[in-house]
Amino acid sequence: MAIEFEGVSKRYGRAQALKEVSLRLEKERIYGLLGENGAGKSTLLNILGGRLPQSEGRVTVDGAPAGSDEAQGKVFIVGESNYFPEDMKVKKAFRAAGAFLPGFESEKAAALAGEFGLDVKKRVKALSTGYGSIFRLILGLCSGADYVAFDEPVLGLDARHRDLFYRLLMESYAARPHTVILSTHLIAEAANLLEEAVILHRGRVVACEPTENLRGALCSVSGPARLMEEFLRDKQVLSQRAVGGLRTACIQNDGKPLPPGLERSPLDLQEYFITLMEEKDKEDVG
Amino acid sequence: MDFGGERPIFLQIADQLREGILCGAWPEESQVPSITEYSVNYRINPATALKAVNLLVEEGLLYKKRGVGMFVAPGARQKLMESRRESFYRDYVEGLVREARNLGLSREELAQLIERGFEDGDRV
Repeated sequence: MAIEFEGVSKRYGRAQALKEVSLRLEKERIYGLLGENGAGKSTLLNILGGRLPQSEGRVTVDGAPAGSDEAQGKVFIVGESNYFPEDMKVKKAFRAAGAFLPGFESEKAAALAGEFGLDVKKRVKALSTGYGSIFRLILGLCSGADYVAFDEPVLGLDARHRDLFYRLLMESYAARPHTVILSTHLIAEAANLLEEAVILHRGRVVACEPTENLRGALCSVSGPARLMEEFLRDKQVLSQRAVGGLRTACIQNDGKPLPPGLERSPLDLQEYFITLMEEKDKEDVG
Repeated sequence: MDFGGERPIFLQIADQLREGILCGAWPEESQVPSITEYSVNYRINPATALKAVNLLVEEGLLYKKRGVGMFVAPGARQKLMESRRESFYRDYVEGLVREARNLGLSREELAQLIERGFEDGDRV
């Protein structure tokens, strides 16, 4: 039981949004979908949600093709669209959600609206940008679907509401383990929530691994320029910078002891991501 | 809790649990927070919290009561104290002497400082 992408490509005219993406997203895990603007994150989610046909390849949800009735019943994607007539009131929308989401938790949705301070008497179209996002987040948190994807869920939310969303996401996951796909720019604040990270770069999957592995894969080493030069002679340097006589370089973490005078620190997920993107850009140019 | 720094988060949670057992915050046979409590309160993946708890189970410091939760094992505090004593020299004394040498402190001066540390500690 899983979501599977097999050799999936998507072209818009000449532009290639996804290139031969193969990916397996397991049941009951929390994934991060990370990538820069235009990396193909939304395209990937729209194909999964059956809103967009792929140009090539196969996408299945527990074996059923994406977009089929069977798959649609298991996947819920929180993106920009609202699913409801714009002049419907929030309260009514929560009640109506049960019609297309059999597992939808209407009571929980009303309770979460209270926690976020979302006025359920307002019409969906009258909500501010932030509350529009919150309305959709609540649908995702209460969907009851086996696979729930959030496309940039915290865009337009203030710090307190973002934190509340992360807490509620962990609560709903604990109450009902399901697969969560979190597509986000805010890597640093979401990093600890993720069990695995899928990194997209220009339409390709460049990493799909437990975040714990990524955290330890690279490290930054710093020390006096003279010592660093000697140390880096036989190493592949991913990036480096110098401030005065101090040099810092990012390299693969081999775990070997360093010569005296040099210091190592592991990269967090965000630093890892930035370094990887820079490296891939260099490759593409070269 | 802020999970900065270099150590993986599950090790930081394991440290915090050990510290809590050592200082008596979680006495023996008392229940420690559940995976869900860790996950929700710290906004971390439950698998990360589970890894920390499993580590302490392996060390014999926690045990599982089926359907109830995780509890501090009998003798856990004693076990922790023994292992801390064993590593005390390596964890504290070696570094202390190294730093004292770097700063040009003599053996006698270092001994005096330790003496002072005891006296200040008694006063608090």
